[in-house]
Amino acid sequence: MTRALTSHEFDAVPEVTRLATGERGGLPGVQSEADAPPSPDELRDDQVDGPELSARLAKTWGTEKGLIGALSTVDHKIIGRRYIITAIIFLFLGGLSAVAMRLQLAQPESKLISPDLYNQLFTMHGTTMMFLFGVPIGEAFAVYLVPLMVGARNIAFPRLNAFSYYVYLFGGIMIWVAFMLNIGPDTGWFSYVPLAGPEFSPGKRVDFWAQMITFTEVAGIAVAISVIVTVFKMRAPGMTLDRIPLFVWAELVNSFVIVFALPAVVTASAMLILDRLVGTHFFNPAEGGDALLYQHLFWFFGHPEVYIIFLPATGWVSAIVVTFARRQAFGYIALVLSLIATGFLSFGLWVHHMFTTGLPQLGASFFTASSMLIAIPNGIQIFCWIATLWDGRPVFRTPLLFVIGFFFIFVAGGLSGIMLASVPLDTQVHDTFFVVAHFHYVLIGGNVFPLLGAIYYWFPKFTGRMMSERLGKWHFWLAFIGFNVTFFPMHITGLMGMPRRVYTYLPEMGWGNLNLISTIGAVLFFASFVLFLYNIISSARRGPVAEPNPWNAGTLEWAAASPPLPQNFDRVPVVTNREPLWANRDSLPVVAGLSVENREQIVSTITHGRADLRESSPEPSIWPFLTAVATTITFVGSIFTPWAVVWGSIPLALALMGWFWPKTSTEDER
Amino acid sequence: MTAGSPDPQVPSGLLPHRIVLNARQMPSYSYGPRSPIWWGTLGFCAVEGMGFVLAVGAYFYLVFVNGTWPLSAPAPDLFWSSLHTVLMLGSLYPNYLAKRNGEREDLRKVRRDLVIMSLIGVALLGLRTMELGTTHVKWDHNAYGSIVWLLLGLHTAHLLTDVVDTIVLAVLMFTRHGHGKRFSDVGDNAFYWYFVVASWLPIYVIIYWFPRWW
Ligand code: HEM
Ligand SMILES: [Cu+2]
Repeated sequence: MTRALTSHEFDAVPEVTRLATGERGGLPGVQSEADAPPSPDELRDDQVDGPELSARLAKTWGTEKGLIGALSTVDHKIIGRRYIITAIIFLFLGGLSAVAMRLQLAQPESKLISPDLYNQLFTMHGTTMMFLFGVPIGEAFAVYLVPLMVGARNIAFPRLNAFSYYVYLFGGIMIWVAFMLNIGPDTGWFSYVPLAGPEFSPGKRVDFWAQMITFTEVAGIAVAISVIVTVFKMRAPGMTLDRIPLFVWAELVNSFVIVFALPAVVTASAMLILDRLVGTHFFNPAEGGDALLYQHLFWFFGHPEVYIIFLPATGWVSAIVVTFARRQAFGYIALVLSLIATGFLSFGLWVHHMFTTGLPQLGASFFTASSMLIAIPNGIQIFCWIATLWDGRPVFRTPLLFVIGFFFIFVAGGLSGIMLASVPLDTQVHDTFFVVAHFHYVLIGGNVFPLLGAIYYWFPKFTGRMMSERLGKWHFWLAFIGFNVTFFPMHITGLMGMPRRVYTYLPEMGWGNLNLISTIGAVLFFASFVLFLYNIISSARRGPVAEPNPWNAGTLEWAAASPPLPQNFDRVPVVTNREPLWANRDSLPVVAGLSVENREQIVSTITHGRADLRESSPEPSIWPFLTAVATTITFVGSIFTPWAVVWGSIPLALALMGWFWPKTSTEDER
Repeated sequence: MTAGSPDPQVPSGLLPHRIVLNARQMPSYSYGPRSPIWWGTLGFCAVEGMGFVLAVGAYFYLVFVNGTWPLSAPAPDLFWSSLHTVLMLGSLYPNYLAKRNGEREDLRKVRRDLVIMSLIGVALLGLRTMELGTTHVKWDHNAYGSIVWLLLGLHTAHLLTDVVDTIVLAVLMFTRHGHGKRFSDVGDNAFYWYFVVASWLPIYVIIYWFPRWW
């Protein structure tokens, strides 16, 4: 099952009954419009071919020019590209705030940054990294790549997807504008009560934080549902469950974790804002509330959050490893099961963030054990990747370098995590820089390094040009060294007792030298990102032109042009193998018979991926954008008066009606 | 057609096509789990169901922390809330009819059913308003009041959304758009209504009966 593919042994296309259900659309005995034969006047893709087919489809699936066109687009590639760029801009903003903190900490008793600004900086840094970068970046890649990889022409709910992008964008802008106006949040990325409650944090700062959560989580959930349905129902015929690319599996499991984890943080932040704005008492012990309730709700989300950040990265790693090892993944089934196990286990562990709050002994041991349990699926995955590389013929291009960097850093982070998972040690180093070091090893190792690899890897698909290999290698080494110089010393400063979230320290503590080293590292690390940015911009302009499949990879996105045309594929591919392009090297088996004049796509069955329906995909529409604007007005208004929810719901309802109301003759919107 | 023979005109590097399946005769929509929107609706039910589960969890957490319950207020009245619950249960039948007649693509009956469901929805909103007046506690009174109003607010938001959705769909079915895939939408709307009813029953028991038993 996992041996290398040499010949065309998997090439055989199964008989039609295994590729299509052949069922009627209407219920038995009902004369349904669903089964009406297609209009003979409508041009279909079994009647045209070649460049003419490409051009006509590109017109049907295209996005109008001009501002209205840009805001109405429902093309998953355009939305996905915006999502990716926006998330990376937030990564840079978060990075800048980190560099500012590091400059302040470089020497004892530094006067560069006031304590108040420092509080805002670490809050903005953590919040931006977790909510505006960490969650969205994985989903952003899913928006762009999942439809291509499963052979679809668009994401399942393209208007919902567009809506989600604007909501995310507006939420991110809101909190950064608040920060620039010196009303940025200052209570840490998890805004614990009572500190964040009405009594200790008057003013609007925390309200902006809580509403930013609402924005980003609404967006995140909307994308997660679109991705799940795309994977379930939009797969190319023949893509059975065991032929789904590992990246797509990772994004699917990730979407499920999002669906079940994000409601917890929305509940927490909603209760927080209600306590602050309309005088509820959820977290007020004087009136029967309880502060720990907030912590439970927050960490019920907060722990899976780490895996929401990590799971897409495993998808990037799998894709890169397989392509550059030149063989199918070793242990595909084991990898998929590990992903699923990680998804489940990620929910069992939230209490370990609260060890120091004094839990019953038995409970604490239970949670220690289950925290350690999650090391097993992670270990299996790393083993399978290494085995794939070992047994393949690895080609060490930049994407693979970043994956190797990920192995080292992530494993180091896992080791310090195992140290933290034991209650006694956690009580020792709780809230010191040891913890800061640990989670940056996990987060940057587990997400940012694979992300950089992924960008080098898919850049030719996104832009039609290759990135510079030479700069890429420089970038990698600068980033790897810069990262370790920054964060390794923090383990020691932490063990020496330096607490996190302090804006300065006394020279007598003896932490000065290590902090200086960390700051130098941070500057190096940041420089690596500047180099990266330069590589992106110069390659996008002048890089060598990329073929559709420059890495000779096996998954379907590489069967589309680079960059893909609006329709993704001129005809929907038929899948006969886990790595379809390795199995079909001379010609691509495809489905024909879809409309060229209307946006039609294949809907298939969940397990066997049999083609079932030819359904219309929604046309572009300005309403999702307007709905997002109405949502934003409501959310931001609610910070100032609860009535905003009432009057804001009227434009919101109108916009939603515009969204769902069918247009003139084209049927089947939504 | 390219079947079998590589096409010389394809853009450089793209694989030529080999047609192995034709989708011309496939249906253009269907019902229930065959249709993507059904799954989307299920997804939203999962998210919102999770929200309810967490809010209910918070409710019992507060009960547990406080020991006494309800906090310095009598339990909320049963009259309006029970009437509301009974009407909700009663709505299941016309809701079922709407779904079934949608599947039969019977426009006349679908119109009738959706009008009935819209009227029931409006009546339920009226009952909910009465119900909110008999909770004997305000959200800013204490944590008990806060969580009761949170649960009621959450559910009312769902109720309102689905009622508006039903009304819009009903109007739609009286226009020229009332055919084809819209019948499938009727089924998904009915499906969501089941969720609104199903999520209410535990909340009803928890808000109105649990404090009497505790
Ligand atoms: C340029 C690279 C980065 C540097 C130099 C850096 C530096 C720091 C420092 C010094 C702190 C501790 C501040 C304090 O407690 O006094 C911190 C906190 C934090 N960092 Fe980073 N960081 C970087 C990238 C990231 C990334 C990529 C993520 C997540 C994906 C991240 C997530 C966090 C979080 C969640 C906190 C905790 C904030 C809080 O205490 O509320 N960081 N970072
Ligand atoms: Cu955790």
